[in-house]
Amino acid sequence: MSKRIDVKDLNVYYGDFLAVEDVTINIEAKSVTAFIGPSGCGKSTFLRTLNRMHEVLPGARVEGEVLLDGDNLYGHGVDPVTVRSQIGMVFQRPNPFPTMSIRDNVLAGVKLNNKKISKGEADVLVERSLKGANLWNEVKDRLEKPGSGLSGGQQQRLCIARAIAVEPQVILMDEPCSALDPISTLAIEDLINELKDQYTVVIVTHNMQQAARVSDRTAFFNIAGTGKPGKLIEVGDTHTIFSNPVQKATEDYVSGRFG
Amino acid sequence: MTATTLTSTQGAGRAGDKIFSGAALAAGCLILAVLFGVALFLVVQAIPALTAPADEIQGGKGFFAYIWPIVIGTLIAAVIALVIATPVAIGVALFISHFAPRGLASGLGYVVDLLAAIPSVVYGAWGAAFLAKEISPAYNWLAANMGWLPIFQGPASATGKTILTAGIVLAVMVLPIITSLSREIFLQTPKLHEEAALALGATRWEMIKMSVLPFARPGIISAVMLGLGRALGETMAVALVLSSGALTASLIQSGNQTIAAEIALNFPEASGLKVSTLIAAGLVLFIITLAVNMIARWIITRHKEFSGAN
Repeated sequence: MSKRIDVKDLNVYYGDFLAVEDVTINIEAKSVTAFIGPSGCGKSTFLRTLNRMHEVLPGARVEGEVLLDGDNLYGHGVDPVTVRSQIGMVFQRPNPFPTMSIRDNVLAGVKLNNKKISKGEADVLVERSLKGANLWNEVKDRLEKPGSGLSGGQQQRLCIARAIAVEPQVILMDEPCSALDPISTLAIEDLINELKDQYTVVIVTHNMQQAARVSDRTAFFNIAGTGKPGKLIEVGDTHTIFSNPVQKATEDYVSGRFG
Repeated sequence: MTATTLTSTQGAGRAGDKIFSGAALAAGCLILAVLFGVALFLVVQAIPALTAPADEIQGGKGFFAYIWPIVIGTLIAAVIALVIATPVAIGVALFISHFAPRGLASGLGYVVDLLAAIPSVVYGAWGAAFLAKEISPAYNWLAANMGWLPIFQGPASATGKTILTAGIVLAVMVLPIITSLSREIFLQTPKLHEEAALALGATRWEMIKMSVLPFARPGIISAVMLGLGRALGETMAVALVLSSGALTASLIQSGNQTIAAEIALNFPEASGLKVSTLIAAGLVLFIITLAVNMIARWIITRHKEFSGAN
């Protein structure tokens, strides 16, 4: 249940402003792809076009194609709601629903679109999803307590459990560890390693060591200057990008000479 | 040397702090003093009516027999107003905050706020001169078709000046309060929670159910309670619209009365014990409003654990 993503000539706009220019990239199924690059280079913006979350902002739009196993996400008559139920997302800051219990948070996506689910099935799904997010042992005795009472790292894993409960094809992660301490970060990174056995994972990160630790392939984005569009500079095996990149800019960035 | 600078209390910032905290304390105390003063006045002035022999009170059966029909009338009018206004207000507020295109949203918000600026006597005149006449055919229909319900029992009032008309006018009056406050709360929903719902594949309405409404729940309750406060205390509109009378179950016959309108209509010609009786009625209204607000607070704090504030 994982699909590949092929992006062809994608331009991303906020109103008239071209934020990301002409990206063509192939994201392999059942692998972890990391997007790295300096702040403002458009990597998060680009990530949000992969499940049509970009267009939630007023005036935001794209040109080009994003193919999920050959189906264009931006094709005529494609419902963004369906796209998002197949391509899950984990955000920069943990965002469990504060008014819901831990259990209801996990089931939130499953109960959408008026789907009914029996209590027995729900119990199984909650346990499987929380185990999948390495959170089960910590919360199994307090499933009815609010999700907002957990620590930051636990909340983020709860968000991952919520995302995998709907069994998506792809999981997008937008700097999932940037608000977390090192121990929680490690827990999430371990989890990403396990997730790629079943899911296609795309992760945006500011942390190059993190990209090197968790990803199979790495894409480097850069920006020529303020007000200029972000561009995809280079994409390749993580090992190659970090040890022997083709582009000079990539080498400068990964060796810490700027950004 | 360092110790002296650390213990210095002469800085300008300290003085500013003291002035501000003093002013804030004084303002807080003033509110309490005014509230206490009003309560004291009501109690002292009401005592003659509460202790008078039953046959001297209007109606001749004591204060309680006098007050309870108009308490019920007040509550009926306020409940009608809220039942009509709350869903409409929440709908309008949601439309403005989450559905309408930006240009239309600000225009619509402005129009709704304008509704709040219309004086209540104008609403009263509109209700009495226009709405009552226009709505009486509907009352006749209700009496003919749903008359088996006690609240729609006929014969319907020919003038349309009933408690239901008064409730509808009150609904229009409390609509802007509930709408404006709800809209402000809806706009404050964290983007993070809205995106969490959307990213799971929620439609816009599901997103609103999952993130906006739970977040806004305490705010909606507060807004409704403010609206209720206005509906309970509204005087002029009810006095003009309602052709008052004895307590009746039917909402489409003339009859019923509210405390505020009762006081307004009788106060100018009252003297002696009658004044005390009316002030005692005011005291009862004060207590009802206080109770309503306390219940609202209790509802809001009951779910504190899940409020998102922790």
